[in-house]
Amino acid sequence: MNDSSLARMQSVGVWRNERWLVKNINLAVHRGEIVSLIGPNGSGKTTITKVLANSIKPDTGTVERANNLRIGYVPQRIFIDSTLPMTVRRLMKIPQQIDDREIDLVLGKLSMQHLCDSPIQTLSGGEFQRALFARALLRKPDLLILDEPSQGLDFHGEAKLYEQIAEARDSLNCGILLVCHDLHVVMAQTDTVVCINVHVCCTGTPEHVKTNEAYLNLFGQAAVAKSHALYAHTHDHSHQLDGSISDS
Amino acid sequence: MFIPDDFLSRAILAGIGFALIAGPLGCFVVWQRMAYLGEAMAHSALLGVALALALDINLLAGVFCICLLFALILARVGDAAILSRDSTLGILSHSALSIGLVLVSIMYWIRVDILHFLFGNIIAVNWQDIVIIFIGGSCVLGIIIWKWNALIGLTVDEQIAAAEGLKPFQTRNLLLILLAATIAIAMKIVGIILTVALLIIPAATARQMSNTPEQMAVFAALFGSASVIGGLMLSLEIDSPPGPSIVVVSLTIFLLALILHQIKSRRSQPFR
Repeated sequence: MNDSSLARMQSVGVWRNERWLVKNINLAVHRGEIVSLIGPNGSGKTTITKVLANSIKPDTGTVERANNLRIGYVPQRIFIDSTLPMTVRRLMKIPQQIDDREIDLVLGKLSMQHLCDSPIQTLSGGEFQRALFARALLRKPDLLILDEPSQGLDFHGEAKLYEQIAEARDSLNCGILLVCHDLHVVMAQTDTVVCINVHVCCTGTPEHVKTNEAYLNLFGQAAVAKSHALYAHTHDHSHQLDGSISDS
Repeated sequence: MFIPDDFLSRAILAGIGFALIAGPLGCFVVWQRMAYLGEAMAHSALLGVALALALDINLLAGVFCICLLFALILARVGDAAILSRDSTLGILSHSALSIGLVLVSIMYWIRVDILHFLFGNIIAVNWQDIVIIFIGGSCVLGIIIWKWNALIGLTVDEQIAAAEGLKPFQTRNLLLILLAATIAIAMKIVGIILTVALLIIPAATARQMSNTPEQMAVFAALFGSASVIGGLMLSLEIDSPPGPSIVVVSLTIFLLALILHQIKSRRSQPFR
């Protein structure tokens, strides 16, 4: 690719069960860039991460990836059978051997060191998600794809996670695609917000919470103001409940 | 005590050769919930027998090809079918067995004892069988070790494996090929009906004392080998059929491990 983008999708569409899950999506993630993906339930956010992560092939359009692109991927949820004996430390070593000190360092940063030798089946949902995040970081990815990593976390947990994501971006200089569960509040360090509802509704940059007094009063916490930002949508159309576009 | 009795040492060698690959492969069957798929593949083996007899080709080759073909179809059809996956597998599994039985029976010019295919005839293995088992087994085991990381990655999560370039689609097909080879080998040892038992029971036993997938695979191979030796001894002692005797011993080891594990985890509980 002739620009600095790590991965770029052009007019991507995925057709499943007689409908478009996503349609005509253009999206790129550049090195050092954080792209936040927002949109209502069923709008195709996860589908886009899967296409970018190469786990499903699009029916239309193209996906280009930089040569030897190393992807770190944390899906929204995964199911591991309870018969698979696996400690957190062993999980970190999939699929390649990783130095134990490096594992301790990353788990320590994510305050998970005490769970190092626990079987993964004993972790809570949030802990397991963090373990998968740690594993993705240990791969030193060029592109990090995080599908709702803050699910099940409270506001402060989310603020802490966003700090860690920003730190990962700075230390690894990777591009990050982050799926958010909120329609109006995104991670503060976001460079580009992409709002989708099957197609791309609008893109833009977030407005920082600290410049918005009403929200600052509402959130109250400086830490939150540092980690979260608002996004003002600029749609030129509106959706009906079934997702179809209504003329207005 | 090792009795240098010729048929018995051959049987033990063949059985251990099989147990060493059935252990690790059985772990994947358990982890990926493929027991019913394995059952259906094993049942389709009789179709392979019928085909091999009709075309006068090598039995193992016939069984391997049919099992593999069946598995590749099953692995794809399962999701698109109008029925649930287990119902689909149930229909195909027992139909394959029945069609195989019917086909073998109408080939009146061939006189074979169908029971040997259904329940194995480990006592009758000859040196040629043993050579095939060990060459085939070494290949299967070699591939498992070579592709271990990709196989474990696939087991943990297919999407992550795809994102990280582990090619889960190819790896899954590879697993089915290995399973087909193992089932073909198992036919002589415990027979079509009991094959899945020797894949699953040693793996389930090993689960109780393992903290990593590698440990579980090794323990499963050991428990499988112990079951083969124990089962053959039992069968000599009480004059029972060897295949089912091996499964009975395997089950006994499983139950012992289960009880020991329960006692151990009770003891380690801080509050009772």
